[in-house]
Amino acid sequence: MNAILLAVAIVAGIGLIAGLGLAVASILMAVPKDEKAEAVLKLLPGANCGACGYSGCSGYAAALAKGEAKAGLCSPGGEAVAQEVARVLGVEAGLVEKKTAIVRCMGSYDNTSDRMEYQGIASCAAAAQLYGGAGACSYGCIGFGDCASVCEYDAIQICNGVARVNAADCRACSQCVTACPKHLISLVPAKPQAVVRCRNCDKGGEARKACAAACIGCMRCVKACEVGAVSVKQFNAVVDPQKCTACGKCAEACPQGCIDMLL
Amino acid sequence: MMAKELVAIFLAAILTENYVLNKFLGICPFLGVSKKVNTAVGMSAAVTFVMVLATAVTWPIYTYILLPNGLGYLQTIVFILIIAALVQLVETVLKKYMPPLYNSLGIYLPLITTNCAVLGVTMLVLEKGAADPSFGYLQSLVNSFGAGIGFLVAMVLFAGVRERMESCDIPQSLKGLPITLVAASLVAVSFLGFNGLVEGLLG
Repeated sequence: MNAILLAVAIVAGIGLIAGLGLAVASILMAVPKDEKAEAVLKLLPGANCGACGYSGCSGYAAALAKGEAKAGLCSPGGEAVAQEVARVLGVEAGLVEKKTAIVRCMGSYDNTSDRMEYQGIASCAAAAQLYGGAGACSYGCIGFGDCASVCEYDAIQICNGVARVNAADCRACSQCVTACPKHLISLVPAKPQAVVRCRNCDKGGEARKACAAACIGCMRCVKACEVGAVSVKQFNAVVDPQKCTACGKCAEACPQGCIDMLL
Repeated sequence: MMAKELVAIFLAAILTENYVLNKFLGICPFLGVSKKVNTAVGMSAAVTFVMVLATAVTWPIYTYILLPNGLGYLQTIVFILIIAALVQLVETVLKKYMPPLYNSLGIYLPLITTNCAVLGVTMLVLEKGAADPSFGYLQSLVNSFGAGIGFLVAMVLFAGVRERMESCDIPQSLKGLPITLVAASLVAVSFLGFNGLVEGLLG
């Protein structure tokens, strides 16, 4: 009888000491939770897309609470979330510039063709591993829709072999930007402007052979632009969205028809 | 003499008495957390830390409280209780004073609470001590540390094996856990080759 009591007493004693120790430790070493960060986290969309540049919504919320980040960085949340967050934090909301993703390729079935038959996994990332994809243009859209499958807002469709972003649905979360193995997708301010829908950096002749709508670096758009927004680097024209006035003269001048007016 | 003995215990714990590959304790983290070298190292560091700490606490309790009262049979229950409380305490302390370490080890700590390798180490060093009276507190601690490092070695080796298996063309029926178990058994067999090594080197 005594032996049992002793055993019970010792185990119970050790348990009690351990429990009390833990209770005391949890009171003494309590880590204060950041209430501000939790309040902000509730306002954020919770998509954890990383468009703000922080590790998910909780990372952004913590940075906001510490005052290290601006309120307008959440592009899926947009203006409404920025206002709410700013109200909670008691600061001015930064102006949220609405952005949209664009696909810089016009290589539809009408304009370009395949140089080989690809029968592998139906994903752009896999196809790009094999000689850079099956298309005649090694810079162009592969068309298996890796971007469309990562888009949580159904804003991307593959039309006639090329991905197209519907600017009205795009929330600029930049998931597609990272998904495209050809780096054809980028975010631009969602305002009327000219965009060059080609990333082919080959010389004019080669580019023209690969795709009927390829930028050949002829500089006509540069000459046509009155505000100096267009420049050609490596046989490929680029429009500076900050300078572009959306006059449309470069699009008219383009012999290949690869300059498109956005919105 | 003492130092040589401790080195022998340390090496033996890593190579010939490897807790994962020779005694087959702690297999669940060995299979579960060995997919990447980073996580394998984090988990092993946490295990090593808890092993040494647990031995440091359970050894005196067993020797000075349980054994004199003839309660040696309670060691499993008491040790689990102590290890669980200890891990909780370590977690609280880390959270407060070393947030970076907590962020890297924190997720593994609760997993270790009921890890059989930790419990196994604390009990097996006592068994050794009972068989050989010269195997005291210090030797037990060195043995636990060696066991933790042995766990690390096994985890990192196996993480390397698994990272290479990722890119292999494995038959459908063997994909996943089956091929992992086969690979684990091969690694374990290769560790049998260390038998007698430590005695030969330092004995």
